[in-house]
Amino acid sequence: MQPFFRYFRDLRGLLLHAAARSKISETRRIERVVVRIALRRQGSGAEAWPTFAATVSIVFHIGRYALLLREVFARPERLSIYWRRTVEEMDLLGVQSLGIVALLSAFMGAVITIQTKTNIDSPLIQAWVVGFATRQSVILEFSPTVISLILAGKVGSNIAAEIGSMRVKEQIDALDIMGVNSAGYLILPKLAATIMIFPFLVMISMFLGIFGGWMAGVQSGVISSDDFIMGIQTGFKPFHVTYALVKTVVFAFIITTVSAYQGYHTRGGTREVGISSTRAVVYSNVAILLANLVLTRALLL
Amino acid sequence: MITVEGLGKRFGDTQVLSGIDAVFQKGKVNQIIGRSGSGKSVLAKCMVGLHKPEEGRVLYEGRSFHEIDFDERRQVRQRIGMLFQGSALFDSLNVLENVMFPLRMFGAMPKDEMQDRAHECLKRVRIVDKDLLFPAELSGGMQKRVGIARAIAMEPQYLFCDEPNSGLDPQTAIVIDDLIKVITEELQTTTVVITHDMNSVMETGEHILFIHQGRKWWEGDRDALLHSGNQELNEFVFAGSLMRQVKKAMGG
Repeated sequence: MQPFFRYFRDLRGLLLHAAARSKISETRRIERVVVRIALRRQGSGAEAWPTFAATVSIVFHIGRYALLLREVFARPERLSIYWRRTVEEMDLLGVQSLGIVALLSAFMGAVITIQTKTNIDSPLIQAWVVGFATRQSVILEFSPTVISLILAGKVGSNIAAEIGSMRVKEQIDALDIMGVNSAGYLILPKLAATIMIFPFLVMISMFLGIFGGWMAGVQSGVISSDDFIMGIQTGFKPFHVTYALVKTVVFAFIITTVSAYQGYHTRGGTREVGISSTRAVVYSNVAILLANLVLTRALLL
Repeated sequence: MITVEGLGKRFGDTQVLSGIDAVFQKGKVNQIIGRSGSGKSVLAKCMVGLHKPEEGRVLYEGRSFHEIDFDERRQVRQRIGMLFQGSALFDSLNVLENVMFPLRMFGAMPKDEMQDRAHECLKRVRIVDKDLLFPAELSGGMQKRVGIARAIAMEPQYLFCDEPNSGLDPQTAIVIDDLIKVITEELQTTTVVITHDMNSVMETGEHILFIHQGRKWWEGDRDALLHSGNQELNEFVFAGSLMRQVKKAMGG
């Protein structure tokens, strides 16, 4: 049999096996099956094995992530409790991130203005271009993407550590035994909170980024206030704000669900909670960068 | 009543439980005993649905727990109370909120009544004026007692206790044992206690199941336990010096 077909035969067999064992927590068993297939393939031209193992692992995690999302969106037991938790999470994950967002935005806006000026300091380029470049950088990329990457670090690690700790301390088991949909109860309010509050954080970031740029530009004398204001008004497209907010909502979804997935499937003790927390940040960041490219191509081109 | 029929559980290639048959009676403290790693906690987790067994069935009043649909299973679960080894109280909620949690999620009563019910449960486990304390501010024994209060808040038909005495001093352990016994009698629950504490077995065990190497090795009551000719059971029961002295006093 050609290696190509053998590869897919093995993959199909593995997926059927995984489907037959509907218990999603049994990662180890599926890993063992992967190893068994690998051993069987040894000496039979299994050069594609690393690719095969990586594919199986990715397919497995995507499948388990999808199953978790299905549980998250199941009908809540009591809406009033979910809503109260959503408001609490808006405070914890959103309002309490305001300080870092404000600080970063103002300083990054200031740096963008000064760097733009130093890089395009030419008599052929009009002074207002600095304001224009600052606005475009802040609205299109800095506020939605860079701030989301920062929030993936702060909020993502928080979510993974909280849910992971609950898992290792059997609190999630306690919820399940009571008959509570633990995935929905723990994750849905966080998801609703971040989707609602992150766009506000990003709008504040846009304002403070441009304001920081204006302050730095005017104070350091690299641009006059009038030129900067003219720059930020020139060629403004409201769609760019919409594009930024759409990206923010998608990134909020990614940060919350990827981090919650890592926390929810934590096994072991405190060390594993730390590992889950780190993975949450790394995978969220990678997913954000990929989604950023896809959304930019889809919405701007 | 809970019936376990031919229950088997594997983790990968390791067979943790096989061929377990047992009937856990209503209004009795049923105990599952065995050495660490014998599979008793896995058996309890299969019974409450945290693990799905590969073989056999768990029947709640004759209905197979793993074969009923999602909504029915949720209804059964709402009739289960469980005390975890580490209490598993929610860190972000205070004592009163922890006990009120199942009432708020599933109860249909007004808030005042929920509070009264929670206070009644806390009073029953002798926790008074600690409403606003968080789990981290409680001692191990108090955490267990709050765990029991939360487990009985919904007046469960089935009560599971996973090593309720672990990490407690002997006096507190007796208090917890008494509580479990009294609650079982008052609420007529089917109580299942997982333990390897022989004091607890002698205090409260009415129906005892000895699990060894993933199999049911012995089943009986307290008196039969002391006179069993089963070698593995005797090694387990009389491992401690206190129980050896009991055996000596009995002329064994």
